[in-house]
Amino acid sequence: MSILTFRDVSLRYPPQPGRKGAVEKRVLDGINLQVASDELVAVIGRSGSGKTSLLNLAAGFLAPSAGTITVDGVPVRGPGADRAVVFQDDALYPWLDALNNVAFPLKLKGVPLAERRARAQALLDRVGLADAGDRNIWELSGGMRQRVGIARALAAEPRFLLLDEPLGALDALTRTRMQEFLLRIKAESGAGALLITHSIEEALLLGTRVVVLSPNPGRLTAEIEAGFNAEVRAGASVAAVKASPLFKRMHAGLTGLIHSGDDEELAA
Amino acid sequence: MTFSTDIETLAPATDAEIGEKASAGRPVPVAVISAITITAIIGVWALASYYALVSPVFLPSPRQVVIALYNLIVTGFVDATLAEHVGASLYRIFGALIASILIGIPAGIAIGTSRVGRGILDPIVEFLRPLPPLAYLPLIIIWVGIGEASKITVIALSMLPSIILSTSAGVRSVSKDHVNAARSLGATRRQVLAEVVLPSAVPSILTGVRIALGAGWTTLVAAELVAATSGIGFMIQSAAQFLVTDIVIAGIVVIALIAILLEFLARLIERRLVPWAAHR
Repeated sequence: MSILTFRDVSLRYPPQPGRKGAVEKRVLDGINLQVASDELVAVIGRSGSGKTSLLNLAAGFLAPSAGTITVDGVPVRGPGADRAVVFQDDALYPWLDALNNVAFPLKLKGVPLAERRARAQALLDRVGLADAGDRNIWELSGGMRQRVGIARALAAEPRFLLLDEPLGALDALTRTRMQEFLLRIKAESGAGALLITHSIEEALLLGTRVVVLSPNPGRLTAEIEAGFNAEVRAGASVAAVKASPLFKRMHAGLTGLIHSGDDEELAA
Repeated sequence: MTFSTDIETLAPATDAEIGEKASAGRPVPVAVISAITITAIIGVWALASYYALVSPVFLPSPRQVVIALYNLIVTGFVDATLAEHVGASLYRIFGALIASILIGIPAGIAIGTSRVGRGILDPIVEFLRPLPPLAYLPLIIIWVGIGEASKITVIALSMLPSIILSTSAGVRSVSKDHVNAARSLGATRRQVLAEVVLPSAVPSILTGVRIALGAGWTTLVAAELVAATSGIGFMIQSAAQFLVTDIVIAGIVVIALIAILLEFLARLIERRLVPWAAHR
């Protein structure tokens, strides 16, 4: 089992030189978090709480100002295929068709053309897009594009999937379908997942655990175990899970936690 | 009054609707208006020459120009047919285009991706960009002689800034998410450049090539007016020296037609090569 670990991680941006009165910006402070490969850890928090910065640190796009991030004890020193990112706006390459987008990580690894096409097609089959291989990216719907993005990330055979609000731009109906899809794919892939979302409902539904980030600077203020994803995987409908009293209670509790500082902020 | 009527009243009229209101019928297509304009200009020209309002030495009739064009195609002028003159010009422009692409794209990538590249090449491009090519043509002739090399060099130099600047702009405007996606999927620096940055910059590079073709065509004709023994510019210059105005006008028409054709071809290639550019 692989483990992604944040140990005492802080992220600060130094004051911009030449700017009068500029001060250091503290984005994240003292983050301690572990994500195991059998987990999907959902991170929620208000805008500006540093959710995306946390993901960028895990991806290696940013380096921490203090603390360490490791994968199985090995420090993260930059981006790598062991931590594939799925972006909110999919970040697919429009000059490649769907199949070649999925085959992209295999091409980077030098996998021969015939083999990478076969493997990419198998991944497209897995995400329910068996016939979409030769379609241009711009011809696909938002949900289909995200499926291609997820298939592309899986092609890299990552130990962790870093999901940056991947369902944020989808309509409500597609989003519900994609939530079920994400759970299935995550379970099949055997990769751990770190999900950034602004939706409490989505965090509760998909997360094995839900962690709450408070803003200015971003600190982990709460962590709860949520077992709803197991219910969905066991066959319960998303609608039924969301309607359960426990789900509603936890939703209300998390809402209270996230917005607990709002009154003071408004008063200030 | 219904709600929908209110919306209709508030909605701004489209161009088509304004046209409809003005003419109380179907709007006249722009292409028809353009055709009428061209016909009117040729008509005025024909009338002016028919009534001898301008000396035929200065303004031959459209008929004379068409005959001159026919003669150019069949028998030629100054030891070469029109096809040979056009061929010589196209050889120079495409030779220069290949040279400027081979130099301009790597230079643009260097400016767009490297601080050192930018430091070295930016001043050279900024020096070259505002210079009229004919200003340095004499120097080029001194350096490389009067032959083809001087013309191709000067045309290539006039094309280079567009290609370099459009390449560097394309390279710099690559989506950060596209680059990060590749890095998170295991791409090396070189792979990011080859598989993401360059394909992403192709639409901008093609726009640069299109602009460069326009600049190159202008320079070509000017360079041939000054120093050449064949080519469409040389043909016009020779005709002007003997006051063969119908050939001069026929040559100008051919230059314009080729420029339009090149622009059309460049746009066609753009649409074929980068159909995704409109969708990113």
